[in-house]
Amino acid sequence: MKILVTVKRVVDYNVKVRVKDDNSGVETANVKMSMNPFCEIAVEEAVRLKEKGVATEIVVASIGPAQAQETLRTALALGADRAVLVKTEENVEPLGVAKILKEVVTKESPDMVIMGKQSIDGDNNQSGQMLAALMDWPQGTFASEVNVADGKIAVTREIDGGLETVGLTLPAVVTTDLRLNEPRFASLPNIMKAKRKPLEEMSPEDLGVDIAPRTQTLKVEAPAQRTAGIKVETVAELVEKLKNEAKVI
Amino acid sequence: MAILVIAEHNNEALGASTLATLAAAQKIGADVHVLVAGSGSQSVADAAAACEGVVKVLHADNADLEHATAESLASIVKANAEGYTHILAPASTYGKNFMPRIGALLDVQPISDIVSVEDENTFKRPIYAGNAIATVQSNDPVKVITVRGTAFDAVAATGGSAEIASVDASGNISEKSKFESQELTKSERPELTAAKVIISGGRGMGSGENFQMIEEIADKLGAAVGASRAAVDAGFVPNDYQVGQTGKIVAPELYIAVGISGAIQHLAGMKDSKVIVAINKDEEAPIFQIADYGLVADLFKVLPELKEAL
Repeated sequence: MKILVTVKRVVDYNVKVRVKDDNSGVETANVKMSMNPFCEIAVEEAVRLKEKGVATEIVVASIGPAQAQETLRTALALGADRAVLVKTEENVEPLGVAKILKEVVTKESPDMVIMGKQSIDGDNNQSGQMLAALMDWPQGTFASEVNVADGKIAVTREIDGGLETVGLTLPAVVTTDLRLNEPRFASLPNIMKAKRKPLEEMSPEDLGVDIAPRTQTLKVEAPAQRTAGIKVETVAELVEKLKNEAKVI
Repeated sequence: MAILVIAEHNNEALGASTLATLAAAQKIGADVHVLVAGSGSQSVADAAAACEGVVKVLHADNADLEHATAESLASIVKANAEGYTHILAPASTYGKNFMPRIGALLDVQPISDIVSVEDENTFKRPIYAGNAIATVQSNDPVKVITVRGTAFDAVAATGGSAEIASVDASGNISEKSKFESQELTKSERPELTAAKVIISGGRGMGSGENFQMIEEIADKLGAAVGASRAAVDAGFVPNDYQVGQTGKIVAPELYIAVGISGAIQHLAGMKDSKVIVAINKDEEAPIFQIADYGLVADLFKVLPELKEAL
């Protein structure tokens, strides 16, 4: 089985982002960038399926600027076999992402696409579902467990009330939730080896995809800040304040 | 101009998240219609028809929709999308699952998790785990939107008398995806996203057994029990307890955080609570920077005292 896994380069999850003074966006210059954490989980799942003998080849794809190569090299170091970068300086919306990936998927014909459920910058949680719809494939979103058997997959999904399992025919799209696996770290020899793995570049135009944005971000603001309240010394004082001052119990 | 709201329900009752989504729809304006897709779900259609401001209910009832898949739901909505300028659903795991599919099928860019309606084309939504709020304008002819329930006051569940129209969904059932099973957490306590009081535990709780201390206090307060990602990852409690950026977003009257340091990820899910109490032995924990009442103390000493004091 062939797996396509996607990765996105985003502001590192440990960085406290700051809104730009002109309210045009958040500051990304000179900020540490990393692979989106949900994409790390996607890569790990693909690598585990290969280690189990279920997958035979892992292709990793990214959409982004030239620096997204680094993110792809990280995925190659973790165990992907080759990489595809759809290079663009534009900010591509999820609909554009899904359209680009549809062309990549059509070229590569994978049996399964594994993606992060959302990226921690835009927090949209859309691209996987949209790719699945454009391909007319089934989807298993927010996955906490994936089992492949007899040309089908069972995906256990994290839902608001607990867990749900769906059975999907292949090919299918799976999007990862936090508890699907714990991603490994790349070893130094594997990082060296990754430098020699193939990385193909193309542009959205090469794929014939229109990525013109459908939405405009008019402004980006910092959220209303909460200020620290008071410290209480005892449980009795806390309960008294909640009853008589805040009046919430 | 009409707006279609996709109802979240369990085939018996309308979800509270749907009432908040209806409130967002009414802020946009125009006629509000509701689509109920389910099995044996007449009571849900009736409940939707009784909601304030709803003028029409589309009811797709089919045995294969008892646990409707995203594939089937998106297909049903697309088949009935004609004439609607806005399609809305709650930004729950239910809505987030199928709404992007509808966006792709209609060739529009959906807008996720809105927290305010500026006008019929313009909405505010949090990005970067709520560390920034973006004002987004859509140029698409149809707006496909998911709504953050805590950001809108629910409409009244009574006062409406909408007509109910039956919709045949038999041609929209996907064969590629089948519901197999579910394991729902059973609890007598209120749902996290609807609770007025929430008490959550973090890594500081030390074990799943220790969560019993939190549960006992929750029962005294009529509260829901939540947890930080760290507590869920450690296996103390199931995934559906998680409050945070990628878990549930809550905004109760009172949120009590016990043994939670206050990672950005967690704060993103609860910082809109009206009153926040933090109990943590680490005086430097970031949670104290947003708490209205902080108690620097050992939770294992404090929780039994709190239980007695309530």
